[in-house]
Amino acid sequence: MSKLSLGSMKGRSALSPFLNYAIVIVAFIALQVAIGMDAMSNSMQSLLVPVCCYIVMAISLNLTVGVLGELSLGHGGFMSLGAFSGIIVSIALKNLVPLSPLRLAIALVVGAIFGAIGGVIVGVPVLRLRGDYLAIVTLAFGEIIKNVMQVLYIGVDEHGLHMSTSEAGLLLSENGTAIVKGPMGAVGVTKLASFTAGFILILITLVIVQNLVHSRAGRAIQALRDNRIAAESIGISATKYKLMAFVTSAALAGAAGALYGLNYSSTLASKFDFNTSILVLVFVVLGGLGSIRGSIIAAAVLTVLPELLRNFDVKEYRMLIYAIVLILVMLVTNNPTIWGWISRFQRRKAEEKGEAEQ
Amino acid sequence: MTFLSHLITGLSLGSIYAIIALGYTMVYGIAKMLNFAHGDVIMVGAYVCFFAVTSYQLPAILAVPLAMVVCTILGIVIERLAYKPLRQAPSLAVLITAIGVSYFLQNSAQILWTASPKSFPNLFVFGGQNSFSLFGGQLNISYVAIATVLACIVIMLALTWFTKSTKLGKAMRACSEDKAAAQLMGINVNFTISMTFAIGSALAAVAGVLMCSAYSYLLPTTGSLPGIKAFTAAVFGGIGSIPGAFLGGVLLGLIETFTKAYISTDLSDAVVFAVLIVVLLAKPAGLLGRYVPEKV
Amino acid sequence: MSKFQKDPVKLVPVPSTNKIPERDIDKSPILECRHLGIDFGGLSAVKDFNMAIGRTEIAGLIGPNGAGKTTVFNLLTKVYQPTRGTILLDGMDTNSMSTVQVNKAGIARTFQNIRLFNNLTVEDNVKLGLHNQVRYNMWSGILRLPQYWKSEKQSHERAMELLSLFDMGYLAQFKAGNLPYGAQRRLEIVRALATNPSLLLLDEPAAGMNPSETAELMETIVKIRDTFGIAILLIEHDMNLVMGICEGIAVLNFGQIIAKGTPDEIKNDPVVIEAYLGKKKEA
Repeated sequence: MSKLSLGSMKGRSALSPFLNYAIVIVAFIALQVAIGMDAMSNSMQSLLVPVCCYIVMAISLNLTVGVLGELSLGHGGFMSLGAFSGIIVSIALKNLVPLSPLRLAIALVVGAIFGAIGGVIVGVPVLRLRGDYLAIVTLAFGEIIKNVMQVLYIGVDEHGLHMSTSEAGLLLSENGTAIVKGPMGAVGVTKLASFTAGFILILITLVIVQNLVHSRAGRAIQALRDNRIAAESIGISATKYKLMAFVTSAALAGAAGALYGLNYSSTLASKFDFNTSILVLVFVVLGGLGSIRGSIIAAAVLTVLPELLRNFDVKEYRMLIYAIVLILVMLVTNNPTIWGWISRFQRRKAEEKGEAEQ
Repeated sequence: MTFLSHLITGLSLGSIYAIIALGYTMVYGIAKMLNFAHGDVIMVGAYVCFFAVTSYQLPAILAVPLAMVVCTILGIVIERLAYKPLRQAPSLAVLITAIGVSYFLQNSAQILWTASPKSFPNLFVFGGQNSFSLFGGQLNISYVAIATVLACIVIMLALTWFTKSTKLGKAMRACSEDKAAAQLMGINVNFTISMTFAIGSALAAVAGVLMCSAYSYLLPTTGSLPGIKAFTAAVFGGIGSIPGAFLGGVLLGLIETFTKAYISTDLSDAVVFAVLIVVLLAKPAGLLGRYVPEKV
Repeated sequence: MSKFQKDPVKLVPVPSTNKIPERDIDKSPILECRHLGIDFGGLSAVKDFNMAIGRTEIAGLIGPNGAGKTTVFNLLTKVYQPTRGTILLDGMDTNSMSTVQVNKAGIARTFQNIRLFNNLTVEDNVKLGLHNQVRYNMWSGILRLPQYWKSEKQSHERAMELLSLFDMGYLAQFKAGNLPYGAQRRLEIVRALATNPSLLLLDEPAAGMNPSETAELMETIVKIRDTFGIAILLIEHDMNLVMGICEGIAVLNFGQIIAKGTPDEIKNDPVVIEAYLGKKKEA
């Protein structure tokens, strides 16, 4: 094979990560300008924080599915852990930390920690399972979290946190408040989340994930995806790096969950169910496995698009259209004929470039 | 006596899971895909049966086969249109497509038949009664429970015989091990896969009718949770294994029912899934599955 | 094969029944297997495997298909845990070690069916071999601390050095999966060497190569031994390669060693001829 024909097969360019930062920053500025000029409807503005959350969810799931190559169907579970722990902390610290951006930051960190703990609990025993078995266990984990959160009552008073399976069982003092009320979810939440906070969270996520991927640990994670047996034969511990990717991913999902939870005055546990996990997985797959930029774009477009459709007469058919688009995109992008065209086009471009250089 | 009645409820719920799981396991065994649309085929089967019985006044004996035929065709069509073009594609693409099909069926049902719940008539009524009493009225057993358990056992035995002894069944087993080799031996792989989907979907229709008869409640989303649980059951028993799906389904039903009865109604799902995780950790290929280590 | 007219090496016994090249005798053998065996559900895939390899020996493991050669590699690298016997690597018992630990202790290998990290670049494949040579922790990587830049520079330089040693420097930025077959085989060897092993296991390195490529490979293998001063154990069906560069050869049949010795001894051993060609009909 000559050097020339390998032209289009080179690895990704080193500029790629910076382009992602640029896209996010430009988008943030443009949207801020649009808000300032009153060019955005309220319903669109209300989508800004959720879009940020879903972008973080998608990037973090991409770390598990695209970079590590393990299918997870329970990403919503980590989001749930982060949301509820973040909400509880933000309410519990109401008097202690009056500064709301600081309280939000603490809530996000706590959400990330709880997400990470969840990641360790699931990851340690489960990562030795392979393929679809891992997928089904993560699915089971997500359902367990949802189910448990629907039963749990959590409240806070001057003695600290109280936990029970009924509101009466909380035994709160007069000044206490019940934060999580079982099937009614978390209530009485002060909305701390803002678009700026979401923007910063995306940037942090990008720094963590992109720098991780392009480092020694990230290479090891990708090596495990490509060939576990070979990776172990050159001294790379499968457990350590699988867990590292899985827990990082869970922690970021936890932070995204905390931001999401603090964007609404009440949050139901059923919000973070199997369908949410699937939704995020769809972002990742449609955006392209391992492609951070793809995840960002897919998450943003697919969160906004159904809302846009709401404004048209197709309201009833909204989800139906979504389903058909999903199937068609999968059929088209995996069609060998179309891939044949694309690679022929790329080759021609590479050849033209080669000729130009000569 | 309450224990016995819980046992019967558990067995009948478990049998429904088992019937769905059998379809799941066959499709997984041959297509190596998580067919998330399987649960929604159940729902379609139940709706067809519902309208056949209520709007067209068909007797149950005709309505059930009609539902099976419709689901069989639906299964084949789904496979041909959505899954067959993706046979060479990465498994994640197929998974997402299956999810797309699932959304499609749910939302079509919602548009066609509205989101309001339908009250499903019990098809298993004999002499005006839908259950009979034992021990002087201390134990009530519904006919639908009996029918479910019997149907499940019959289906399991028939499938075991079918895959072991018939030409098509053997072709299915061959395809599930190595499609390319099966093709070289003259097996029509596409036809075999279509037939697997057909059988799985017919079973889904049966499960849908039985489930809705027992719980007399029908929604466009009726199929999704039982679908997921049945899949859990299939994994629990060892996916790809017919006796495994049966065992997994029945155990799952029993665990769920007894948790509801003796531990907590609200936490039954959590307990079911927790048991699944524990089983998989102890036996990574499920109860009856075979663990095949990767060859170096 | 004229290029490899090498001086015949005399094998001398080490304190056991095993033999190693004379020049390595003042040092203990790098690898010693004693009564190694593994059962797969009642079937003994390898039984009573005894072998010693000198510090700078090129040793060969040959035998008919299904004789258990790759299984021996899998035992040495702990892909399978042996049912019986001891493996001494540089005098150290590897009994309780995992694949990862065995590699850290000094065994690196290639695979019969090439196992590269296909979606990563050639350079990254080699850098992964350097994983335990150039270290920094996850946070240095995420926060891009000075340690990150220093170590990345170091591993880049080392990787390029190794690659250019095998004339693969110009391929550094290509995806490993897109390389031609021969280059993939070479890359697997470079990656294994990057882990700084004292024993390199090559599983059918010449498989699928034409005679001129094989000749080049023989040169490469001898060069590896001379440059790195390490021992090499290879499985190969190409007898020109085995007889051309191996100093000690062990012949495996039905999981058991049936002959050991220098190439000349093996060539003329009636038991080996029988294993390969079948028994002569008794007249």
